[in-house]
Amino acid sequence: MPFLLAVVIWAVSLGLAIPFFTRTWWFPQSINEHGRQVDQQFMFTLVVTGVVFILAQAALGWVVLRFGRPRAGAANYSHGNNTMEVLWTSATAVLFIGLTIMGQRVWARVHFMGAPEGAIPIELTGQQFVWNIRYPGPDGKFGALDIKQINDQAGNPLGVDSKDPAGKDDITVPTMAVPVNKPIELRLRSKDVTHSFFVPELRLKQDTVPGMVIRIHFTAEKVGRYEIACAELCGLGHYKMRSFLDVMEQADYEKWLKEHAPQP
Amino acid sequence: MATLVAPPKPPVTGHGGGYGDGRGGGRDGGALAIRRYKTGTWLGLGAVVMLFAAFTSAYVVRQGMSSDWRAIRLPSILWLNTAVIVVSSLTFERARRDRQSALLWLGATSILGVVFLAGQYVAWQQLRAAGVFLASNPSSSFFYLLTGAHGVHIVGGILALLYVLGKAWTVGGWVNRQAAVEATALYWHFMDGLWVYLFFLLKVGGRQ
Amino acid sequence: MAEQAHTHEAHAHAAPTGFIRKYIFSLDHKIIGLQYYFLAVVAVIVGMFLSLLMRWHLVWPTAKIGWLETLFPAGAAGGVMTPELYLSLMTMHGTIMVFFVLTTAPQSGFGNYVLPIQIGAADMAFPVLNMLSFWITFLSFVVMIAAFFVTGGAPLSGWTAYPPLSALTETGPGQQSGQTLWILSLALFSAASLLGALNFITTTLDLRTKGLSLMRMPLTCWTWFITAILGLLAFAVLLAGGVLLIMDRVAGTSFFVPGGLVVSDKVINHSGGSPLLWQHLFWFFGHPEVYIAILPGMGVVSQVLSTFSRKPIFGYRAMVFAIIAIGALGFGVWGHHMFISGMSPYSAMAFSVLTMSIGVPSAIKTFNWIGTLWGGKIRFTSAMMFAIGFVSLFVTGGLSGIFLGQPPVDLFFHDTYFVVAHFHMIMGVASIFGMFAGTYYWFPKMFGRMMNEGLGKLHFWITFVGVYAIFTPMHYLGLFGHPRRYSEITGVNYLAKSGAGEIHLFMTIAALITVGAQLLFFFNLFWSLFKGKKAPVNPWESTTLEWTVPSPPPHDNFGGYEPVVNHGPYEYSVPGAPKDYVMQSDPAGVAATGH
Ligand code: HEM
Ligand SMILES: [Cu+2]
Ligand SMILES: [Cu+2]
Repeated sequence: MPFLLAVVIWAVSLGLAIPFFTRTWWFPQSINEHGRQVDQQFMFTLVVTGVVFILAQAALGWVVLRFGRPRAGAANYSHGNNTMEVLWTSATAVLFIGLTIMGQRVWARVHFMGAPEGAIPIELTGQQFVWNIRYPGPDGKFGALDIKQINDQAGNPLGVDSKDPAGKDDITVPTMAVPVNKPIELRLRSKDVTHSFFVPELRLKQDTVPGMVIRIHFTAEKVGRYEIACAELCGLGHYKMRSFLDVMEQADYEKWLKEHAPQP
Repeated sequence: MATLVAPPKPPVTGHGGGYGDGRGGGRDGGALAIRRYKTGTWLGLGAVVMLFAAFTSAYVVRQGMSSDWRAIRLPSILWLNTAVIVVSSLTFERARRDRQSALLWLGATSILGVVFLAGQYVAWQQLRAAGVFLASNPSSSFFYLLTGAHGVHIVGGILALLYVLGKAWTVGGWVNRQAAVEATALYWHFMDGLWVYLFFLLKVGGRQ
Repeated sequence: MAEQAHTHEAHAHAAPTGFIRKYIFSLDHKIIGLQYYFLAVVAVIVGMFLSLLMRWHLVWPTAKIGWLETLFPAGAAGGVMTPELYLSLMTMHGTIMVFFVLTTAPQSGFGNYVLPIQIGAADMAFPVLNMLSFWITFLSFVVMIAAFFVTGGAPLSGWTAYPPLSALTETGPGQQSGQTLWILSLALFSAASLLGALNFITTTLDLRTKGLSLMRMPLTCWTWFITAILGLLAFAVLLAGGVLLIMDRVAGTSFFVPGGLVVSDKVINHSGGSPLLWQHLFWFFGHPEVYIAILPGMGVVSQVLSTFSRKPIFGYRAMVFAIIAIGALGFGVWGHHMFISGMSPYSAMAFSVLTMSIGVPSAIKTFNWIGTLWGGKIRFTSAMMFAIGFVSLFVTGGLSGIFLGQPPVDLFFHDTYFVVAHFHMIMGVASIFGMFAGTYYWFPKMFGRMMNEGLGKLHFWITFVGVYAIFTPMHYLGLFGHPRRYSEITGVNYLAKSGAGEIHLFMTIAALITVGAQLLFFFNLFWSLFKGKKAPVNPWESTTLEWTVPSPPPHDNFGGYEPVVNHGPYEYSVPGAPKDYVMQSDPAGVAATGH
């Protein structure tokens, strides 16, 4: 019994740990500096927790094996050991809190600093079960919104106010195009319930909360097509509420903008 | 009863409900019951505090972040209601001190409790007459919510009072019911204080 | 009985006779404990059944299951499960598991049954309240199940019920009366839990027998006590949130619903509310709730590990402080569920540091458990195996929390299957393992019969390997960025391509086998009730007070006598003592032990 139990504990633990080492199932590749930093923080954490995990499970199996076999004499009469207690308390405290403090740098970069000067503003509005992406157009200003003018069929899902001149050149599309290596400032909104903007390759996720405009920023460094998934339960179509992020060369991006500009 | 396979049995000390002395043995039943009822009531009040703390934080957040908050004019009968409930605490204390006429004062307390509730109801009616309904504005939503939630607790207090009164009446003398009286008194004073707090919150916090 | 003359309280020491007073509206804490326990058994069967339906759908989303239509005419027309039915099942699975299983059995079930006996009391402090708590909980369960059968079916907004999804009837099927019933049920549940918590705390504070100081209490009592405090503070806040949410739904207020919403082209007539306010209220309750689920399991595991290692618990004091620290810190970390919710990113940092600090007392407990086994003479009973399994699961589930507690890492993992893996390991199956350990350990006391150990061990092997097989792969799905609460993986290309399909298939097969193995447990449970070997007073040679009274204990536990406690709770293998255990009630001076 002790032998079997120890072996099973070790086996399930290794079963869990090994794919993390072999990276059989792994993240999609990150496509920017922020993503690499997140990955790095993940790796630190993986090393720390990995060591603790292996040690703890190994020790558990070992005590089962060692003290589970029949032997002569009584069990130790001991109520504990204060030195050990202090030792492992401070060790875990230092490890865990150290990790957190290390991670704050990455967090600060996305959330405490605003978007860099000259970032391209794009507005992303969630709606059951599609994403609406709006560009301010050549004037750089988003037109005002008026919910009474919302009309999905007429191609005005956001209700851009027809009376506001700033809105005349706004582009509203279902997929997002961005130029490579240019900072983007996203303004996240929602029309109905809470959704969440998630692009795994960007290592970025942010809820879109009705009644709020939340700003985040990112720079994509690799041309390609990536999926935008919804990560917050929003109703029955949650699983298929997706869109695309097209990262393109500057020239292609400009062409794209022209192609999608509203016809006067 | 089945045989016990326990170590040598200590003498039976016999106090009501539970064996515990918890803090050093040998108390008689009455004292233990009082302590138990008091502990229970304090804990219940702890839960009430959390409930109203949650409402309060919602109140503060909801008011702070919105642009649609419009203060409502609180009906002036609330002052009268406040006076009524404060006096009811005094009559309750009187009942506790003066065992001879305790029944009388407990009765008075219950009646004042009912008067308070009636007064709160009048306040609701006045607001409705003024066109201020539950869903009119967040400030009115909170007004109905907080007075309503407090009212429910007062109803509970009145029921407890009636229970104590009933026992005092039928069993005669209330010594046996002292635990219940102590617990009810604690609860009642607390609801009094809670109302004063809520009134203050609505009055001062409700201004924009 | 001499003391009857002195009894002023409702709880008379004479046992009631009629069936109804004895088994239905009983005031006896033992009966009430069993009522809670069996309510949880019914709930866990429902919850597991729902999870199998979900697992099936995740792998074969277009499968036709004839009888599904009979069960859910609207959600499975033609026998094919709709996405909304999947989400309803998920919501109900989560809710039932968290509330009616994990909050019900470990605390209200075992706690009710064992706590008064372990502290040497005849009953809980307020037997009538106790009965009331159970029946309100029962009512709450009925209301919850009723949500399946109203128009639109059960709600689909998850066990967290974020508004506006949960606040507006227009947002989907199930968001009509189903959601209202769901909130109502939880409000009832909260009220019942408050009454229960008050009762537990008073009992622990005021009814301890002579000599049983707080620091001599078994760790089980400590966990029930601290859990009750958490419940008292947390459920009041859930109740407040529920009241506000229900008012938004039925009375047209706008606590949580902001203005300017357009749902399926319909303009919603609300204004100014804050969806984040609900999240704060919910998680202020929700995080302590996960400790409410796990703490009693920790208590049982400590007790069982000490008993079957034949050793005192390692670091009793440290354990008590860890329980208190977990309880206290547990109220300061709710924001870790909201790192990406739009909450201030500065407060995220504070929540993160507090969250990681709570890892410290959790680690202390793990070390102390291993320390308890160290140098012991382990007896491999079923209860012991589940307790050891608990430690392993607790390590696994705890360490994935270290990832989620860091905002930058949570940026990726939030609301992915990594989270599902984490909370199933630590809150779900770890607590369930605590319940299994408790069942195998106390069954002889509760029913006077032994459970079958062979079946118990078989049950352990399959379950232990099985839960790892079900929940380990979810970590890897999390690495893919697989969002949770997806009814299919076909909606997003990166999932379909990455091999998530095969992983899901593996988990479904593992779930079928593991859930199947639970039949062994239920069979063992009911078979042993009637056919098990007769249990002696103290079959495990344990030290705490419940093992001094007959199995099952008489109506008032100690037959009118007041036990006196002379020892700490885990005096095993005391040198010089005649046996390898010293009962708490043995006379002072260990050598004088003897029955
Ligand atoms: C038989 C073993 C179990 C299986 C196969 C299972 C499976 C699942 C699945 C497939 C989901 C849905 C994941 C998603 O779509 O995001 C889920 C969610 C959940 N489960 Fe389990 N589960 C099991 C046991 C438990 C237990 C014991 C608990 C107790 C805590 C639990 C609590 C939850 C919760 C809270 C959710 C989240 C519901 C929500 O997202 O609102 N499960 N489970
Ligand atoms: Cu969604
Ligand atoms: Cu939490």
